[in-house]
Amino acid sequence: MVAMPAPDTSVLSRREAIVAALRAIVPGEGVIANDVAMRPYESDGLTAYRQLPMVVVLPETTAQVSKVLSYCYENGVKVVPRGAGTSLSGGALPLADGVLLGLGKFNKVLEIDYANRAVVAQPGVTNLGITRAVEGKGFYYAPDPSSQIACTIGGNVAENSGGVHCLKYGLTTNNVLGVEMVLMTGEVVRFGGKHLDAEGYDFLSLIIGSEGLLGVVTEVTVRILKKPETARALLVGFPTSEAAGDCVAKIIGAGIIPGGMEMMDRPAIHAAEAFVKAGYPLDVEALLIVELDGPEAEVDHLIDRVSSIANECGSSTLRISNNEEERLRFWAGRKAAFPAVGRISPDYYCMDGTIPRAKLPLVLSRMRELSEKYGLLVANVFHAGDGNLHPLILYDANKEGELKRAEDFGNDILRLCVEVGGVLTGEHGVGVEKRDLMPTMFTKTDLDQQLRVKCAFDDKGLLNPGKVFPELHRCAEMGRMHVHGGKTAFPDLPRF
Amino acid sequence: MQDILNPRDANDVAEAIASAAAGGRRLELIGRGSKRELGRAAQADATLDLSVISGITLYEPEELVLSARAATPIAEIEKALEEKKQELAFEPMDYGPLLSKAPGTGTIGGAISAGLSGPRRIKAGAARDFMLGVSAVSGRGEIFKAGGRVVKNVTGYDLPRLLAGSWGTLAALTDVTLKVLPRAEDRATVLVFGLSDVRANEAMSAAMGSSCEVSAAAHLPRVSADRVPELNAPGKAVTALRLEGISQSVAYRKGKLEELLRPFGDLGSLDAVESRALWKNIRDVTPFAGRSGRAVWKISTTPSFAPVIAAGIHAASGADYFYDWAGGLLWLEMPGDKPEEDAVRAGLAGRGHATLIRASAAARASADVFEPLDPVRAAISQRLKASFDPKGVLNPGRIYADS
Ligand SMILES: Cc1cc2nc3c(=O)[nH]c(=O)nc-3n(C[C@H](O)[C@H](O)[C@H](O)COP(=O)(O)OP(=O)(O)OC[C@H]3O[C@@H](n4cnc5c(N)ncnc54)[C@H](O)[C@@H]3O)c2cc1C
Repeated sequence: MVAMPAPDTSVLSRREAIVAALRAIVPGEGVIANDVAMRPYESDGLTAYRQLPMVVVLPETTAQVSKVLSYCYENGVKVVPRGAGTSLSGGALPLADGVLLGLGKFNKVLEIDYANRAVVAQPGVTNLGITRAVEGKGFYYAPDPSSQIACTIGGNVAENSGGVHCLKYGLTTNNVLGVEMVLMTGEVVRFGGKHLDAEGYDFLSLIIGSEGLLGVVTEVTVRILKKPETARALLVGFPTSEAAGDCVAKIIGAGIIPGGMEMMDRPAIHAAEAFVKAGYPLDVEALLIVELDGPEAEVDHLIDRVSSIANECGSSTLRISNNEEERLRFWAGRKAAFPAVGRISPDYYCMDGTIPRAKLPLVLSRMRELSEKYGLLVANVFHAGDGNLHPLILYDANKEGELKRAEDFGNDILRLCVEVGGVLTGEHGVGVEKRDLMPTMFTKTDLDQQLRVKCAFDDKGLLNPGKVFPELHRCAEMGRMHVHGGKTAFPDLPRF
Repeated sequence: MQDILNPRDANDVAEAIASAAAGGRRLELIGRGSKRELGRAAQADATLDLSVISGITLYEPEELVLSARAATPIAEIEKALEEKKQELAFEPMDYGPLLSKAPGTGTIGGAISAGLSGPRRIKAGAARDFMLGVSAVSGRGEIFKAGGRVVKNVTGYDLPRLLAGSWGTLAALTDVTLKVLPRAEDRATVLVFGLSDVRANEAMSAAMGSSCEVSAAAHLPRVSADRVPELNAPGKAVTALRLEGISQSVAYRKGKLEELLRPFGDLGSLDAVESRALWKNIRDVTPFAGRSGRAVWKISTTPSFAPVIAAGIHAASGADYFYDWAGGLLWLEMPGDKPEEDAVRAGLAGRGHATLIRASAAARASADVFEPLDPVRAAISQRLKASFDPKGVLNPGRIYADS
């Protein structure tokens, strides 16, 4: 388990005064200070970590958020923002000496602008809520995390969430046009809008994926797209994962970017089939779902091309959806893969590394070795198009030492991802979970530069501390520049 | 003459910057200098010429990834991609024609630093959307990397995207890793003739809101349209919409788009070859090329505001203009060398941002070349700059006069 910073006793001793001050800003039920009522906020989707916050605050307006933050800034109180609490990396894990700032009451779609293909929403609107608001006119919001019924657009911005369609349509960062945000000082600032690209530095790029460490997002402007005319899927089984990986590479090499391209390994196929009876073949090592979307003529043509590539790559089964119902059935197993695995094991631990696709066979075989070493099973679902792996490690938290073994196994998988040229997290975020692995990917210099960026937003380090960065430093210390030598104006470089 | 330093590699760059920081000297960064006359001039004591730091270091077409040293010419990258039927989907524009310089001299580092995105911006995204990873030297003289070589990556802040469009004021890029995409097999352009700006705006909005997957949408009022040979419609305004993809799909969507646009006006079309030429002209703003005595602005705004903004600025200054990005990008040419900043900013009225692209050095030194920021954003921009470059070594004054 990753250790959280020790609570500040001087803050805890002021708890009553802090709660009273917060009540003066957010009236009524907007401030929760008793343990029973705070219980629902004690963890997020990374349930192995639990911590009651000092107090929960549920503001309703940007002005309240601003006042809460400026009070906390003046009084040295830490703040953890929270959307729906579905983070799988512990991003919304409370701090014992901190305010848990829930954005759930910011749940309104503020403006739908079809002419400019944009929606302005409060951060607590769910991801699916945006699509629901515009689907009547045939539009949708493209990034579609599997948690889309529950997770909020504010949480998506903080985590730069993806989904099965992001190979073709991009992640959150490629689909957000603007935000309103409150800085830790309480200052309200807007970046972007309905226009494209930033004036000056592109702060949006920093804020999206910043895991609640730079500011509290209070409004989001996203772009919406017209739904493709049609979509069809292929369900292709392979005798080896190498053959499936080869097929993925050949599809992309042929210039085809499918709307979605997902892979499952044998344990995941079996778990999913047992759960939803999607009609998956059980005698294959790897299953690919390839979805093509667009105009009918294009989709039909591409279906043929992908089929022949799959044949060339030695597919052992191949089915093509002929109607919407069949397409959805192909997806049903994949979409239910997490709960399906949850059925065959008391607990599972979901990992999220990304690798260069060509390394897939190597990574899968090393993962099998690790599985033996740790004595824990692993099922793999994989956003094959973009190399994002979701190994699900099966364990039983009630068995002595299994959680620890699952975590060690997971960490080894992530180190492996980095070793083959990939990264620690593709879409779930670093949070608490992967915090201490950051040095496997970044040098101290790399991390220090990121910390300095954090300091530009939050000089007292009060916003979501203990997440993302393995070490906390004072900003003043980070800013110092150690000058070595420095006598000569310029060293002996070639020059004209 | 100013001192010119020619680092051979990232270590040289780090050494040069570290010693500049120590000695209180300031550096102007250049790749091949193609955009030196764009933006504010850096107020520097020496030039750091990065042009030797060049060459493609990794290209894996099946992984859709390419890495190159920062001063690699765009032309070299495009040639390598072309051989594998791929491309830089953000369609980086070439400022050569507009700035009366030789075409095709830009580097990838320059294109990224200036955030150059062409007509396909509205469908494929901006330059920054293709930045996967970066290695760079901060103003502290430290080599750091961020991002990676895979598309899906949320490990740490997205510094590669931030550095795109930062005009070399935060760090000197030495290596970039980009996502590349397959090039469309076929393309065509649907033209609508004689529309007013407002009608054209509606037509583009209807096209973008359809399932035709329009990959570029521009409207050229008569004056600009007359200067683009492919349009071949003397005396008429022309609205152009591009479709790209496999041939069957392009043909099908073209039929649908024509049906959608017929109520707006007379239609025409361009084939794949003509389309390529047309969109290169729009990308490179050739209606305003070779007219160096006239100031040029670029405005990014909400598409439906654009006709009002254009009309206002035209009334106040006599500017010519045309629209790209379905109206979201407005190119304006002033009648003379005066930037007419007041007319432009008053016409825009905060509904987006305006950048002075072509003007004399004197005009660029005295005008706000980039959109002025409100106090909160100005302060945070300064803090961000200081977090990378506390001594103000890198391209001082390039974006804002005081940083
Ligand atoms: C079953 C399941 C499936 C999932 N599938 C996917 C998937 O396919 N793809 C994917 O990318 N993720 C997936 N996730 C992860 C998770 O849903 C996403 O990370 C989501 O974006 C989190 O949103 P949330 O509203 O729950 O945020 P929370 O969990 O509440 O918070 C997440 C982070 O965002 C910060 N935050 C939240 N709101 C704000 C705000 N307004 N301002 C500033 N910071 C804020 C928090 O401090 C925290 O660091 C899945 C999770 C589950 C449980």
